[in-house]
Amino acid sequence: MTNANAPMKAKHQRLVLVVLAVLAIVGAGFLAAWALPKQANFFYLPEQMVENPPEIGRAVRLGGMVAPDSLNQMDDGMTVEFKVSGNTADLVNVRYTGILPDLFVEGSGVVAEGSLSDDGVFVATNLLAKHDENYVPRELEGLEQHKSADTVAGRTVGLD
Amino acid sequence: MIPEIGLAALWLAAALSVLQMVAGALSVKALPVGAETGVVSPFALYARPAAVVQAVLATLAFFALLYAFAVTDLSVKLVATNSHSEKPYLYKLTGTWGNHEGSMLLWVAVLALSGGLLAGLERRLPERTMQAALAVQGFVALGFYAFLIASSNPFERLPVPAAEGIGLNPLLQDIGLALHPPTLYVGYVGLSVAFSLAMGALITRQVTPEFARVMRPWVLGAWVFLTLGITAGSYWAYYELGWGGWWFWDPVENSSLMPWLAATALMHSVSVLAARDALRTWTIMLGVLAFSMSMLGTFLVRSGVLTSVHAFAVDPERGTFILVLLLLYIGGALGIFAWRASAVAEGKTFAVNSREGALVFNNVMLTAILAVVLLGTLYPLLTEAFDVRVSVGPPYFNPASAIFAIPMFLVMAVGPILRWKQDKAARINRELAALVAILLVALVLIGLMAETSILALLGLALSAALAIAAFLPLRGRKLGRVPMAVWGMVCAHFGVAIAIFGMASESAFTQEKLAAVSAGETAQVGDWNVTLNSVDAVAGPNWTAMEARLSVARGEGNSTILKPQSRNFWSPTQATSESALLTQWDGQLYATIGRSVGVDDSGKERWQLRVWWKPFVTFIWYGGLLIGLGGLLAMVGRIREDLRRRKGIQRRQEEAADMAELGSPTGPAMPEPAE
Repeated sequence: MTNANAPMKAKHQRLVLVVLAVLAIVGAGFLAAWALPKQANFFYLPEQMVENPPEIGRAVRLGGMVAPDSLNQMDDGMTVEFKVSGNTADLVNVRYTGILPDLFVEGSGVVAEGSLSDDGVFVATNLLAKHDENYVPRELEGLEQHKSADTVAGRTVGLD
Repeated sequence: MIPEIGLAALWLAAALSVLQMVAGALSVKALPVGAETGVVSPFALYARPAAVVQAVLATLAFFALLYAFAVTDLSVKLVATNSHSEKPYLYKLTGTWGNHEGSMLLWVAVLALSGGLLAGLERRLPERTMQAALAVQGFVALGFYAFLIASSNPFERLPVPAAEGIGLNPLLQDIGLALHPPTLYVGYVGLSVAFSLAMGALITRQVTPEFARVMRPWVLGAWVFLTLGITAGSYWAYYELGWGGWWFWDPVENSSLMPWLAATALMHSVSVLAARDALRTWTIMLGVLAFSMSMLGTFLVRSGVLTSVHAFAVDPERGTFILVLLLLYIGGALGIFAWRASAVAEGKTFAVNSREGALVFNNVMLTAILAVVLLGTLYPLLTEAFDVRVSVGPPYFNPASAIFAIPMFLVMAVGPILRWKQDKAARINRELAALVAILLVALVLIGLMAETSILALLGLALSAALAIAAFLPLRGRKLGRVPMAVWGMVCAHFGVAIAIFGMASESAFTQEKLAAVSAGETAQVGDWNVTLNSVDAVAGPNWTAMEARLSVARGEGNSTILKPQSRNFWSPTQATSESALLTQWDGQLYATIGRSVGVDDSGKERWQLRVWWKPFVTFIWYGGLLIGLGGLLAMVGRIREDLRRRKGIQRRQEEAADMAELGSPTGPAMPEPAE
């Protein structure tokens, strides 16, 4: 595949093709290895977020239990604030604007996607609650309160 | 009784797959190299009938399970855990494959059916190659039979029949479920047939254009089904999940995208092999890759490893079984490839500036995108092994795949107007200039008029250029004489342009409105006015819901009523949000309703409302359908051509025989019909 006027031997052409393909795949691999740690969304438990908070504005996930009696509906009707607890007494304040997911209740598990703002509140852009009796967001499986749920996690219905 | 018949049929089918495998393998050894079709070794008698009978038995087993679900036979464990006597009838039936065991049975039935079809109808290949392909097909099927029977028996009975079933996840109670998984499965399985053929050709060193012509309809068919399955799945997630998104880079979605990417590359490469006898080993390699990806997809979805590495441990038997199968298939395929690839003679060469060159470039780009998606999908599993939990989403997948997708689309615009073997850039100067001009004008215009992300801007401009480029291969040809396969290509490439336009437009111009409104109040999104008329309680067969009546009007236009619901199912207990859609030619209005949130100043109850206006979002799925239609046209066109070609060869042979009988030394030379 050098010069259009000088046809090369079939064997050489095959070699060039293989080299090109390997180069492209290795390139894709390097790209992934470089981009993934940067772009991946790290998961925090409340105690981890209190102890070692992520940079302000960086997209992360926060998972835990919605603390009882902490859910507070704002006047605009669309914004809620609540606290999330983990395995310790540490609490993180979360603010979310939007329709709460089905089965979002106090005392239940939630995963919030969003970022920490300057005032220390975690601003969520999306909330994932368990959406049926069997399904538990995978990040919450380590939590004490969800131990019992572990055994049924394998039964999630595949949405394929 | 019926479930037992189903299980027995499954066992018999498994036994026949052993016969198919052994007989096929033995006859490869026994038949002389290059044996013509019709030459019979004593072993070769068995493989074809074994495959056909197996297809009948596996289908029977599937219908036995379907029957158990239809009559809600609660003594069958699978029915009791996944169905409910008062579920709507349609969802009772579709619930058959809405669970692990049932979907695996469907998979196996489709696999056996296509194996039977291959064995029963395909007579073009040398018999030895065919026997080798059937042996490989038997081996693949055997693994899945063993998996079903040993660790996911769908016909298992309960010691005591359950009083009532648990029910089906309401998200799955949708017509989308009826169509989506079977479509994808046919696609996966079609790739397994292509793989068996590729292995057969590799083992018997028959990687020829003739082989490519046999393989092509299977690849095209699998690809069409994968395309339609992915399109349907995307639309289903869009309206059923109520989040307004159409692609989430969810691992399950990625598991269907990866085989599609590999199949797209394979489909183009097999065409080069058929037309030009180039890219022999490359095509075989892509066949192995496509099959490996569909196996990997099955493994990821079916083992539970996606939910979590821990879920994998919940049912170690099942997970390990699929993992072993996966390693066996992929390892075996790569092993045979490594062992035999050097024995395949090189095909014809070509210059960089040729249609083959463009196709190879895009093949490599597709494979690179595949690598990007694969690594992103597996990365969370990797980090979890080190106890770091991450998720990977659009911020990684979008730019990383675009880096390879954009050059690919540029080459796709010119590739089809290049000549085979060798071409000069000067010959297509005018077309090139026109396409570049369109691209630049679109970039500047859209960049000035609208504020969009760079990817959306590129997408919009590319879609304009691609839409024009799709029709360039028709230039200067008599439209009536253009082969159907070329129409297929034009249609599919145009579909790509349409889909890209829809995706870019959705990401660039979507408008969203979140508001808490009381009856009579109006919210505005884009140029739409959305007024809440009332919220009422309604009930369905197995759910109750709060239903909003929204009257929506565009500007001063007529108003339409939309009824989004917030549903509560009672078996199993679960809430879902049923969105309401208003489709216009230039986009969709998408409305969901949330909860009641207190009262407004005048004491009226307020409801949460979320409304999107998504310009041209429907083009994403129209594009998907066009791509699928293009594939279908190409498939029909190719099959017709092959039939005609075969008839021509047959007639020529007959004529030659007649001539010989007449004592004439030479028959009239008939040119072989052109590809």
